[in-house]
Amino acid sequence: MKKITVSFTLNGDPVTAEVPATWNLLKTLREYFELMGSKEGCGVGECGACTVIIDGKAVNSCIFPTAEVEGKNVVTVEGLASKDGTLHPLQKAFLENNGVQCGFCTSGMLMSAKALLDENPDPTEEDIRTSLSGNLCRCTGYVQIVESVQKAAEMMKNQS
Amino acid sequence: MIEYEYLKPKNLEEVFSYLKSFGEKATLIAGGTDVMVNIRNKKIAPEALISLRNLEELAYIKKGEDAYHIGALTTHRMLETSSLVARELSALHDGASQVGSVQIRNVATIGGNICNAAPSADTAGPLLALDAAVVLKGPNGSRKVPLTEFFTGPSQTVRAHDEVAVEFEIPLRMGEFGSAYHKHARRKAMDLPILGVAVSLEMEGETVKDARIALSVAAPTPIRAVKAEEFLRGKKGEEEVFEEAGKIAAEEASPRDSLRGKAWYRKEIIATFVPKMAFRAMERLKNR
Repeated sequence: MKKITVSFTLNGDPVTAEVPATWNLLKTLREYFELMGSKEGCGVGECGACTVIIDGKAVNSCIFPTAEVEGKNVVTVEGLASKDGTLHPLQKAFLENNGVQCGFCTSGMLMSAKALLDENPDPTEEDIRTSLSGNLCRCTGYVQIVESVQKAAEMMKNQS
Repeated sequence: MIEYEYLKPKNLEEVFSYLKSFGEKATLIAGGTDVMVNIRNKKIAPEALISLRNLEELAYIKKGEDAYHIGALTTHRMLETSSLVARELSALHDGASQVGSVQIRNVATIGGNICNAAPSADTAGPLLALDAAVVLKGPNGSRKVPLTEFFTGPSQTVRAHDEVAVEFEIPLRMGEFGSAYHKHARRKAMDLPILGVAVSLEMEGETVKDARIALSVAAPTPIRAVKAEEFLRGKKGEEEVFEEAGKIAAEEASPRDSLRGKAWYRKEIIATFVPKMAFRAMERLKNR
């Protein structure tokens, strides 16, 4: 098994991993770092359950080669809350507005929404729907999810 | 058991040297949104992946004296968010912004979309309608291939194994020019087109000076509807003319029955959307 060594920033901390060259980032996150927040749904970049943020951009980690995160800044759902456990406004808003049902899509939804709000703090409903179009929810909770992102955007604006 | 080496060359010379040593057993990978899926689905089993991601200098959108230059490593998201592309290469904006999802567009490159040569590639129709050429670089130099001669079949192109697509060149039109692309699909995101129609028009007053019509999923490769284009040249840009061009384009296509749509339906879509895209191109006419 050919192995690779990669060093990158993971949720704010510098890390190094030695994993098989064939591992995608999702596998490395779950099996090397034991971060189970990012999920594998389809495994081919269609459902978005594995979404993480790399250098500010939402990416499907299931089709992202681990070798390519060298030197990059990776944020997963585990990096969303503050170190003291204070939830991110998106997490609060999802909880308070029924943005979560079974929860399988939630980490991916949160990360796509975070990438959006970091880039565009004042998104239209259309912007939100476009940003979440690669995140499938099979509990049919899209309306509450979109509302949760809108509420989070308001919270973040009031904070700043 | 899937097993491969992951190689990260720092420049094109290193890419060529890896391509030489691994030969056909190596696969180039850029964004990886097709390659990683093809490996998982066992469609390909390379011994080495040669990554192009370190060639960051190949991600650019430039407007020169007589042509636009788009680097092969330019992502769909860069094309989607470029105001230059939206304004002056509108069909390409239409196509790039409808590929996959934001997550896919953030990494998937235009070079990958074209070199994978899917009959459904969403940037192929727009690039054909914009008269683009592909610049291929190999160990012995570079060559420029018009996109009309690039595709040879589904997933097949004239790119030699030791060549890398580095740039797309789109000639700058001097007159009034506009373009548009319609992706006909069952849902708005995360879907492949049942059919794609791209039209570009160069107008002189009310007369069509030049026209290009490209169709995807209408034949084994993305194609140009040259008879319909010929018909349009010199005609007035009006409804009956565009509708006739749509009918001619539908006759030129050779779509097949597939899971996504029947051949007859695809022909209907061509006849319906060639005129619609021609009108949209007219609405977007800009003087350079």
